[in-house]
Amino acid sequence: MERYGESLSIAGLSTGYRDRRIVQGLTLPAVAPGTVLSLIGPNAAGKTTLLRALAGLLAAEGSVRLGDRDLVGMALESRARLVTYMPQSLPQRVALTVLEAVIGAERASAVDRDEADRLAIVERAMDVIERVGIGHLAMTGLDHLSGGQRQLASLAQALVRTPRVLLLDEPISALDLHYQLKVMKLVHALSRERGMIVIMVLHDLAIAARWSDRVVVLSNGAVAADGPPAEAISAEVLAQVYKVAARVAPGPSGLQIDIEDTLPL
Amino acid sequence: MNDPATTGAARAAAIAAYRQAVRRRVLIVAGMGVLCLFAFALDISTGPSALPLADVWAGLFSPDTLSAPQVTIIRDVRLPYALMAILVGAALSLAGAEMQTILNNPLASPFTLGVSSAASFGAALAIVLGLSLPFISADWMVPLNAFVAAFASVLLLEALARSRAAGVEGVVLFGIALVFTFNALVALLQFVASQEALAQLVFWGMGSLGRATWSNLSVLAVVLAVTVPFSLRSAHAMTALRLGEDRARSFGIDIARLRILSLLRISALAATAVAFVGTIGFIGLVGPHIARLMLGEDHRFLLPASMLTGALVMSLASVASKIMVPGALLPVGIVTSMIGVPVFLFLIMRKPERV
Ligand SMILES: Nc1ncnc2c1ncn2[C@@H]1O[C@H](COP(=O)(O)OP(=O)(O)O)[C@@H](O)[C@H]1O
Ligand SMILES: [Mg+2]
Repeated sequence: MERYGESLSIAGLSTGYRDRRIVQGLTLPAVAPGTVLSLIGPNAAGKTTLLRALAGLLAAEGSVRLGDRDLVGMALESRARLVTYMPQSLPQRVALTVLEAVIGAERASAVDRDEADRLAIVERAMDVIERVGIGHLAMTGLDHLSGGQRQLASLAQALVRTPRVLLLDEPISALDLHYQLKVMKLVHALSRERGMIVIMVLHDLAIAARWSDRVVVLSNGAVAADGPPAEAISAEVLAQVYKVAARVAPGPSGLQIDIEDTLPL
Repeated sequence: MNDPATTGAARAAAIAAYRQAVRRRVLIVAGMGVLCLFAFALDISTGPSALPLADVWAGLFSPDTLSAPQVTIIRDVRLPYALMAILVGAALSLAGAEMQTILNNPLASPFTLGVSSAASFGAALAIVLGLSLPFISADWMVPLNAFVAAFASVLLLEALARSRAAGVEGVVLFGIALVFTFNALVALLQFVASQEALAQLVFWGMGSLGRATWSNLSVLAVVLAVTVPFSLRSAHAMTALRLGEDRARSFGIDIARLRILSLLRISALAATAVAFVGTIGFIGLVGPHIARLMLGEDHRFLLPASMLTGALVMSLASVASKIMVPGALLPVGIVTSMIGVPVFLFLIMRKPERV
């Protein structure tokens, strides 16, 4: 498989809903290929809104460039070959098995592939399902999965499209420790292998610090901090954005973050 | 779990199970087709005048062996009725399957959400006002008007389904309001209608195959022939839509376009069916649910299976309507409601398996 080589840059991006601007003139310096970027921030900071705008699901102004392509002006179908968004949840009561859903995700629209690859659609879906660790559930109905298993099935649907930019909205929020780590390792490995850019919303700061190349802290729709984990996650930023008193120190693996108390809002 | 040998075996087993499931579905769809043929044969050989199956076949293929009235019964009554049952069942059930997916609502069907009522209002309006357009025959005029009314109602439903305010129950309640509204409007039309138009209107109250003619059969056949290929072509998109709207859009599917084209198909199918046989209840609800239970929601199979299930249930209902009360021909709509109401209640009462 070829390795992707384009960077993603965002400049002056504004988006929101009919009556409300959520993100106003957001600019992010280029995200290099193969980067895992964690998007953190308090509830309602606009993380989901930003991801949806990057995926082309919300109207946006400004520029989002992948290499020399401008994503904002691009038709949804062309954009879908480059960018895939994994929403926070899967609908309930869907009579499809995990494997069917993943195959359905790939068949939904054209993905850039050569012919030989296209024939192996079932095999490839199965590969992805095994890589996220639910191979034994391939023929289980989505409705019979636990919350965490559903999240893994949902992740597999996004991964199977082998996008250049993968947008994950809270992909590990329902997972146990083992699978949290497994998903982070997988995402990390895939981004390295393929040059895929991963932007993921996380709540667990320790995991974000340990597994990302870059952390962006979003607060009220604006970037409050951006940089390598050790720079972006600081006691001052946590106090300002999350209203908590914290101590942050370099630890043996990544950062040592102790949240000690809440601050008055 | 990370032992490669067991993983390899499990993987092969999963893939084999998937391929097996696909084959099973193809077989089920084919089997449903065969059952439809049987039901159709049963339907044409059932009726008040005793004509054994052998005579019916003779009447179809070598009419010289039967008396002229017998041939007429077979050609102009039995055959068009039975064909109409198949086509109407397929049309309503396909419309129901698409509606359930597009509106993301398991209770959706042309009948339950008032689309059929809107269509019969449109049709009644055409008849009472004697609407006509140049170059359009009456065979098309009534369904055309039914279509306009049906399309207006699905647009309303869709707008409501999309505004997050309503929720699944809200849309169903709104649909019920539509049923009452349009039924009241039809009653109003009956009030002002001429004697002759009135006779025609009453027939919508209880769907019946009694008006099947070769010319309106051909109209319904044309509508099906035009809509079904487009419907099947959007099967992948509809399967993806079941995984969530945002997700499907991020796969590159133009949901707005998918919706509007599907709503056009739903309106055309429901309107034509209603224009020719009146309001037939619940086929559009029961057909897709049986199909979904048998095959799941891969729409490549769900859509054709829904059509066949609808056709089969309708065809059997037609047989039942002829034999349930000896000597009388019940309107088929009564039979489908007797099957449909319990299914509808079951779907409403069913608790979600997982919260
Ligand atoms: N569909 C919507 N319509 C209007 N406002 C919305 C919608 N979705 C989210 N919002 C608002 O946008 C803001 C940001 O929400 P969101 O992006 O979901 O936050 P986060 O993902 O960071 O928790 C919130 O104030 C929320 O109320
Ligand atoms: Mg969110």
